[in-house]
Amino acid sequence: MNTLRLLAVFFRVSVLNETAYRVNFFLQLFQSLLELGTALAGLAVIFSYTNSLGGWSPNEMLALVGVYFLVGGIISLVIQPGMSALIDSVRDGTLDFTLTKPEDAQLLVSIQRVAIWSLLDLLMGTGVLVTALVRLGQSIGAAQAAGFIGMLLAGAVIVYSFWLILASLSFWLVRVENLLEIFQSMYQAGRWPVSLYPGWLRFALTFIVPVAFATTVPAEALTGRLNGTTLLGAVGLAILLSAIARLIWRLGLRHYSGASA
Amino acid sequence: MSVLEELRGLLRLYAQQFKTTFASMVQYRASLFIWMIAQVLEPLVYLIVWSTVSNGSGGNVGGYTAQGFAGYYLVLMLVNQVTYTWVMYEYEYRVRQGGLSFALLKPVHPIHSDISDNLSSKLVTLPILLVVAGVLAVIFRPTAALSLWAGLVFIPALILAFLVRFLLEWTLALAAFWTTRVNAINQVYFILMLFLAGQIAPLTLFPHWIQILADILPFQWMLGFPVELVLGRLTQIQALEGLAAQAAWLTISLVLVRLVWRAGVQVYSAVGA
Repeated sequence: MNTLRLLAVFFRVSVLNETAYRVNFFLQLFQSLLELGTALAGLAVIFSYTNSLGGWSPNEMLALVGVYFLVGGIISLVIQPGMSALIDSVRDGTLDFTLTKPEDAQLLVSIQRVAIWSLLDLLMGTGVLVTALVRLGQSIGAAQAAGFIGMLLAGAVIVYSFWLILASLSFWLVRVENLLEIFQSMYQAGRWPVSLYPGWLRFALTFIVPVAFATTVPAEALTGRLNGTTLLGAVGLAILLSAIARLIWRLGLRHYSGASA
Repeated sequence: MSVLEELRGLLRLYAQQFKTTFASMVQYRASLFIWMIAQVLEPLVYLIVWSTVSNGSGGNVGGYTAQGFAGYYLVLMLVNQVTYTWVMYEYEYRVRQGGLSFALLKPVHPIHSDISDNLSSKLVTLPILLVVAGVLAVIFRPTAALSLWAGLVFIPALILAFLVRFLLEWTLALAAFWTTRVNAINQVYFILMLFLAGQIAPLTLFPHWIQILADILPFQWMLGFPVELVLGRLTQIQALEGLAAQAAWLTISLVLVRLVWRAGVQVYSAVGA
């Protein structure tokens, strides 16, 4: 409950901050629409030559694009801004202020910044997803819907933990922004089902940089492709990674010496 | 000052810039690695997607087999590497932070240090990318119809592609003189490149009207044309037409760069001035 209340407070502050720059809203809207349009036009070109891409129909691919924008929206809404702010605050010592607050510091750094205009990507992703589902014309059973939501949550936890682990490295290393950029540039590969990729690349996108769990797996759940192994694997990895992230965060804090030290 | 002396001065400037650029690249090895991932991953993803399409529709899509796509995208990756620039990202910063003022004080046009910086860093990155392309070639087994004449014409085509792309992107970067919101402008440009230069798919796979549009606009002459040329997908007439289009766009971009630069410097007021 407390977590939600805090999240609401941080969100409200961000809204107050950002509404001073309303032009940014239209710019973000423009850029998001362009990006979506590009993704859809790309699909149109490909599906003018085939009606199935590695076993995925056009509408199923549309659902994947929806998930891609939805998860990308979540990342750029809270995860990415919070983690960059964490890295900065470790370097210049302002993390001190967060640590003195009577709340769990990991929670505070994770929700400290909300890039509200990224809600547009989230909304657009959801819109595309709903459109895809309507066009697929199949009734989504309760089990499938639950599987999708479960995998979306697992994917979000995996991505968040991955970012937190990388960002926590800033307690020991000076330049880790670069590492975060690796995820950003590999995320684009998640717009396509990872089953298309050759084994070595699929492995990298699943276990080294967990893009597959963020986009392909939820989309598989939605289109009835999910098998038990993947489901258990995603849940297991989510639990494991969040525990590791917590551990590294703790170790990092112990290593942190503050601004004036 | 005689032309010869002037040329010698420029040569010294390029040599000095190479040393500076090389030193800073060695310093920022990590950025180099991340840049490589982005540079390789995008063509690689399209290579795989189109190969899948080709294999799924009887092994041929618009004249490309899976191996044909492999050839197309590996060469595209290399040509893109030779012709691409990052000056759009830098100009916004230079204008906002006032760093451009120092460049203006120097007795040579600032474009020279950008060209030499661009070429210098490619002397380092191109060999790395060639190795990556070699490894990918072993994995994806590309095919191409190589021929001597196409290989010879490819050299001026590549140089022209570099020049046109450099000048146009440098001109585009000057937008920073008028607005701080260059991201939106750059994004529009990248999307045009994606579709009309042959990045998302070889241009011959697009509907006819898009191909006509691509013939008129500069984008495919900066990237897709040299790629198709060296892969032996163009006739000799098409190759000549391409060179002519490149020459025309070189003229246009030379004029543009002068006009926009002159206008831009006039509206530039450095921080603290």
